[in-house]
Amino acid sequence: MKKIMVVETKLLLRDWVATLLALALPVALLLLLGQIPDLRKADPNLGGERVVDAQLPAQMILLALLTASFTVLPNALATYRERGVLRRMSTTPVNPARLLGAQLALNLVVASIAAVVVILSGWLVLGSQLPAQVFGFVLVFLLGAAAMLALGLVIAAVAPNGTTASTIGSISMFPLLFVAGMWIPREVMPDALRVISDFSVVGPFVNAMRDTWAGEWPQLPHLAVMAAGLVLFSGLAVRLFRWE
Amino acid sequence: MNVIEVQNLHKRYRDHVAVDDVSFDVRAGEIFGILGPNGAGKTTTVECVSGLRIPDGGTVRVAGLDPVTEGDALRRVLGVQLQSAALPEQIKVWEALDLYASFYPDPADWRELMERVGLGPKRDSAFGKLSGGQRQRLSVALALVGRPRVAVLDELTTGLDPQARRDTWQLVEQVRDSGVTIVLVTHFMEEAERLCDRIALIDTGRVVAVDSPAGFIGRVGGEQRLRFRPSVPVDDAVLLALPEVADVRRTGEQVVVTGTGNLAAVVTLALAERQIVPEDLRVEQASLDDAFVALTGRKLA
Repeated sequence: MKKIMVVETKLLLRDWVATLLALALPVALLLLLGQIPDLRKADPNLGGERVVDAQLPAQMILLALLTASFTVLPNALATYRERGVLRRMSTTPVNPARLLGAQLALNLVVASIAAVVVILSGWLVLGSQLPAQVFGFVLVFLLGAAAMLALGLVIAAVAPNGTTASTIGSISMFPLLFVAGMWIPREVMPDALRVISDFSVVGPFVNAMRDTWAGEWPQLPHLAVMAAGLVLFSGLAVRLFRWE
Repeated sequence: MNVIEVQNLHKRYRDHVAVDDVSFDVRAGEIFGILGPNGAGKTTTVECVSGLRIPDGGTVRVAGLDPVTEGDALRRVLGVQLQSAALPEQIKVWEALDLYASFYPDPADWRELMERVGLGPKRDSAFGKLSGGQRQRLSVALALVGRPRVAVLDELTTGLDPQARRDTWQLVEQVRDSGVTIVLVTHFMEEAERLCDRIALIDTGRVVAVDSPAGFIGRVGGEQRLRFRPSVPVDDAVLLALPEVADVRRTGEQVVVTGTGNLAAVVTLALAERQIVPEDLRVEQASLDDAFVALTGRKLA
């Protein structure tokens, strides 16, 4: 496991341009959207908070996470499958769970770096707040990220090639961004949509992030939905995994 | 002692039968060839042996293990080099060996293995930058890094230039000498003839025969062929009168004489008596190719 991690990290760094481009987008969007005057005014929907304070950075962290989970990770594994890299490994005693676990851990590190960059650039450039409940924030981030990466692994487990993986990934990404409140804040969602949002892993993730950003502890139901997602998706990924 | 036992193996895909009925045994320490034309079912056969595919019928045992139900134990004793398998483009030679060594409980020293396959100078080269021959040698090294008892090598030298092919052959012989049983899948007659102790000849999903290369050639008889251009026209009857000559044919000016025994000496002597010089004289002996044609009724390639 350790060796797979080390080698995969080296391979990722050798192909750093693609990874950097995928993860630079959220930071660029944050700085760009942060220039919109309306988002820098106190918003009554958010209890007088400005959108740039916590809402916008939280969503950009979500975007970075979804990019890592639904584009970078499935694409990498499915390309391995397409090119016969997985087939070669399947003739050795290595357990597929080790390979999937290594990919998940590696992308978790990459997504964490992206999150830190989003938070710091928001704070320095836009005057966003820093997460006040740091411990809770880190817990929420790691749990939510692991759950979303595990869902990405489900796509990676079954997609026959890189193109299919990217397509399934992009198609799944937009509904999730939608229910997470990327375009309509949760506060103004219709009831039905809000229920879907509450059980979608991404909804609780964004809400729990905003809670901890504001200095509160994450709510238990939010954590429970994310934990359930992690268990369900990682189990599914290991079950569905095909070497070829 | 048999390391691999395959009995009545049958495997069909949705629309066609890839392996109809294949049986053979591989003895410990030998190089066993699986020879046949493209599409004969060679690769499917070794994929069933390696546990990569589940057979529809028959039994397979490798070191006493069933590849379907005892896959984990199998993968520790069997090293596989596959036709359609690769590594990430950017991985370096030493990283690949180090990584694959970490998959096994008791791996070989990959540094020594790297030197043995001649990749020491390429230690830090990326897989994507290696030549065909270097990739194959790395592939062989990866198949051996887990200290297997049996190594399956599928179409090892396809696409290699003659020099790289000879180097790879030498490597295979070294591996056998180190005590590893080898199953070699090939459609090159020359390769099978040169390397294999025994060969299973497979055609359209069935085993035509299992024999040593010499045994196969013996089956078509010790027939020889003589080709030459006579300096003066010669009558067929002169040659057919010789007891060693079985047949005389002509293609243009060229005469092709088939027969047995000391054919070349007898024919040239008979020609010399009539002051005829056989120009461009060539002697051809029966090869595995001829055996294949005789056994299946068609050419391999």
